Amino acid sequence: MTTTASLATSGTREIQFREAVNECLRQEMALDDSVIIMGEEIAGGAGREDQGVVDAWGGPFRTTVGLIQEFGRDRVLDTPLSEAAFIGAAIGASSTGLRAVAELMFIDFIGVCMDQLVNNAAKMRYMFGGQVKVPFTMMTRIGAGFGAAAQHSESYYSIFSHFPGLKGVVPSDAYTAKGLLAAAIRDDDPVVFFEHKGLYGEKGPVPEESYVLPIGKARTVRAGTDITLVGISKMTWVCTAAAEELAKSGIDAEVIDLLSVSPIDYDHVIDSVKRTHRLVVVDEDTPICSLAGDICSRVAEEAFDYLDAPPSRVTAPHTPVPYSRVLENNYVPNEARVISTVEKLFNR
Amino acid sequence: MEMDRDTLLKLYKTMITIRNFEERGIPETGQRRMSASVHSSAGQEAVATGVCSQLTDEDYMGSTHRGHGHCIAKGVEPRVMMAELFGRATGSNKGKGGSMHIADMSKGMLGTNGVVGASIPLAVGAALTSKVKKLGRVAVAFFGDGGANQGILHESMNLASIWKLPVVFVCENNGYAMSTPAEYALSTAQVSDRAAGYDMPGLHIDGMDVFAVCDAAGEAVARARAGDGPSLLEFETYRYYGHTVFDDPLTYRSKEEEDHWRARDPIQHFRNTVLPLGDITAEELDQMDQEAVDMMEEAVKFADESPLPEEIELYDDVYVSYPAAELKRGTNMGI
Repeated sequence: MTTTASLATSGTREIQFREAVNECLRQEMALDDSVIIMGEEIAGGAGREDQGVVDAWGGPFRTTVGLIQEFGRDRVLDTPLSEAAFIGAAIGASSTGLRAVAELMFIDFIGVCMDQLVNNAAKMRYMFGGQVKVPFTMMTRIGAGFGAAAQHSESYYSIFSHFPGLKGVVPSDAYTAKGLLAAAIRDDDPVVFFEHKGLYGEKGPVPEESYVLPIGKARTVRAGTDITLVGISKMTWVCTAAAEELAKSGIDAEVIDLLSVSPIDYDHVIDSVKRTHRLVVVDEDTPICSLAGDICSRVAEEAFDYLDAPPSRVTAPHTPVPYSRVLENNYVPNEARVISTVEKLFNR
Repeated sequence: MEMDRDTLLKLYKTMITIRNFEERGIPETGQRRMSASVHSSAGQEAVATGVCSQLTDEDYMGSTHRGHGHCIAKGVEPRVMMAELFGRATGSNKGKGGSMHIADMSKGMLGTNGVVGASIPLAVGAALTSKVKKLGRVAVAFFGDGGANQGILHESMNLASIWKLPVVFVCENNGYAMSTPAEYALSTAQVSDRAAGYDMPGLHIDGMDVFAVCDAAGEAVARARAGDGPSLLEFETYRYYGHTVFDDPLTYRSKEEEDHWRARDPIQHFRNTVLPLGDITAEELDQMDQEAVDMMEEAVKFADESPLPEEIELYDDVYVSYPAAELKRGTNMGI
């Protein structure tokens, strides 16, 4: 086990985002007996006991495949459709000696279990005067673009920036998925882990061995001198694609992958903006009271004198996610919108 | 249930400690203008006392906004509770929680809870810990007739039942959710009727009779500990005061009704039952009454003399680890 990760590690090979999530869960459960996982369809078929405890689905997106075979029904629990109860129970278990991981199938379902996250997980340690740790991880899914309409496509990560007591991470590739999930599970605070549905099939280099990435640290994925683009989750790759295009017209964009929605690595963004003097945040969540808005305002407050243009953002519109593809295609921020926003800041 | 002298005296002591805490602590908190959100459990002592008498320190319990009695019965010290009500650094929660969040993890006390029904799944989760780690512990989830109508209770009972978790669901039906009568708000005649929907035993018991409470709780706890799954116990009881100290209960219930229940006072019921047996004398109990009065005097003194939290403690214990500067970035707090 290492606490830092290097892609130069000999065991590095290309695997999918979903495989990285699965590998992390396996490794963390093997390392620590107190790690359990529960949720809807985690095994599927309730572990098919009659056939010797095997999974039917291994998760709706196959991120938990094989876990029940390896770790058994005591530690891999299919739940009924009772998000409030099983997420509440996972929080109760995490405050009494387990490290429970619970999966909320889609972030859109957060309404039915929000009380347990906000009033218990986030506040117990504070309200109880520091008596308790809540090492709870909630895995959930975000992202539009799949014709799943308004109740299976939202990207509500910014509300988790808002609540003191919670942390949140937004991996953008297989490497960050594995390292941030391990960090979330080992963290002594409640952490929400956001998987973007559009990243599951993406392959990238991932060390075989277990490693953790720090929660609360952004990374620079493209160095540049003229403008800072901040991406969140899959939007990081919209930013890099836009940056390649902008380079053709002489604009050298730096791209930051935010990776964490709480803590937010404002300093990493501000240090970059102090060099580039311009900022665009690209956020798939809706725009009002958003992460994008917050980062822009923080940069305006703390780096005003360095700015050559208003801090700006490219986000989803203030609408639910639509169903028809012609509508949905316009909903998600894309390269063209990023490029035109950047060009305006350069008066082009 | 056969009880020896020590057990009986312990039950009595717990009940009068709760009564005295409520009768003394709540007005004292009011006088110090600390909080309007303090809920008295006076009248309900037999339920907390009887249920918790069947638990060990290692067993878990999740409580409600009306939870002082549960805390005392589970072994939390009255003086640290009093200090918590007064917002002192020596309080059970360092002055960060107050009446509605008193917790003592060393006693398996998973917190009183200000959101009705919200502690129920925490108890279920604690029972899951016990099962997965094979600890042999039981978890009690307290709620009221108001909490009985929260969806989270129903999901939690179903989950505990299918996983056969060692949970005892305990409804203290005191007749009112704030001012709304239970008989108006409940679709079934009794909360315990709902146990059938979750394939667990459901019992309706006199909650003013501490011996009946002990019997029922003893059986349910034994069943849970044996791995036979959860139970639902409904205790019929009464709160002597309003929802909080500020509302007048006579706006929604009658003096006659209050008198009827006060005539069934659980502490008096204990005396009426035990004294004729001759083993315990009235003088002994009177002496214990005085000790409870003295204990609260000492608790108030301890709380009053305790320091207030330092201003800087505002930022403590939000997280186990988080960049400290981010808790106040941009707020111009000055501390």
